[in-house]
Amino acid sequence: MAHTDQEILEGLAEIVAEETGLPTDAVVPEKSFTDDLDIDSLSMMTIVTHAEDKFGVRIPDEEVKNLTTVGDAVSYIAGAQA
Amino acid sequence: MGLLDGKKLLVTGVLTDSSIAFHAARLAQEEGAEVVLSSFGRQMKLTQAFAKRLPVEAPVVQLDVTSQEDLDNLAGAVREAGVERLDGVVHSIGFAPQSVMGGNFLSGTWEDVATAIHVSTFSYKSLAVAAKPLMTEGGAVVGLTFDAQFAWPVYDWMGVAKAGLESANRYLARDLGPDGIRANLVSAGPIRTTAAKSIPGFETMEDAWPRRAPLGWDQTTAEPAARAVVALLSDWFPATTGEIVHVDGGVHAMGQ
Repeated sequence: MAHTDQEILEGLAEIVAEETGLPTDAVVPEKSFTDDLDIDSLSMMTIVTHAEDKFGVRIPDEEVKNLTTVGDAVSYIAGAQA
Repeated sequence: MGLLDGKKLLVTGVLTDSSIAFHAARLAQEEGAEVVLSSFGRQMKLTQAFAKRLPVEAPVVQLDVTSQEDLDNLAGAVREAGVERLDGVVHSIGFAPQSVMGGNFLSGTWEDVATAIHVSTFSYKSLAVAAKPLMTEGGAVVGLTFDAQFAWPVYDWMGVAKAGLESANRYLARDLGPDGIRANLVSAGPIRTTAAKSIPGFETMEDAWPRRAPLGWDQTTAEPAARAVVALLSDWFPATTGEIVHVDGGVHAMGQ
């Protein structure tokens, strides 16, 4: 069953919090992964991989670089769900 | 009947499913091997996630090849993972600071070059020695190089580290041969792994390859290199050691 945008945001926030130690409420749609949340490429790969497993989607490498903000990731995952 | 039926292997260097090591581990399992992976530090979680995406989920043991403590604990960690002996080890480990690649050959400092050589060259010996107590019935060590006979664009001190690796492979073959352990390298063409994409200007190296290779070359797949790794781990190269098998579409053999 497809997840709602809110469910995806909450799930993603848990994954980001787990990887970075940031509080989940810091992970909001308008935040940039690199500029605001200070996430480097290795952390981003880890977050993407866990998000793939959690939401049952695949996010190709060439898409990852287009995911600037948390909101971009939520939209991509929402669109990629079967 | 699989090529690696009954074999027990340690595969280092699985970061994502673009890693050559991931495909070597996958094919090894498909050919009947039992596989243990290793990882360390911040990469550990990523390796564990991809260990679940193999045909059979593989245990992941801790190994930073620059840590003597980890090397000393390796045999115990592999046993704890339920594997009591090893028949093969895949060394898929390399790292150089950006300051010694990407055209920085002349400006690279010894400290950064030393890191590259420690992680990419010396670790081949360290890993083999650490795994040797488990290789009680002989076996195979297989590493990955990038043709170190030539100076390449942007590869710089990583190229020098690979030249050292190719030499270390010959000495490892000499010193482990009496124990029935073979040491061989696969020299692959450029593949778009995470490691490769971290090399500044990697595209300049991969662009010419498909044109120069008589067989052509697909930079997007690690399958051919992984197959060669599996073949070298198998019993079908019983008298081959100190060798470098080129899996590069034939580029190494061409003048132009």
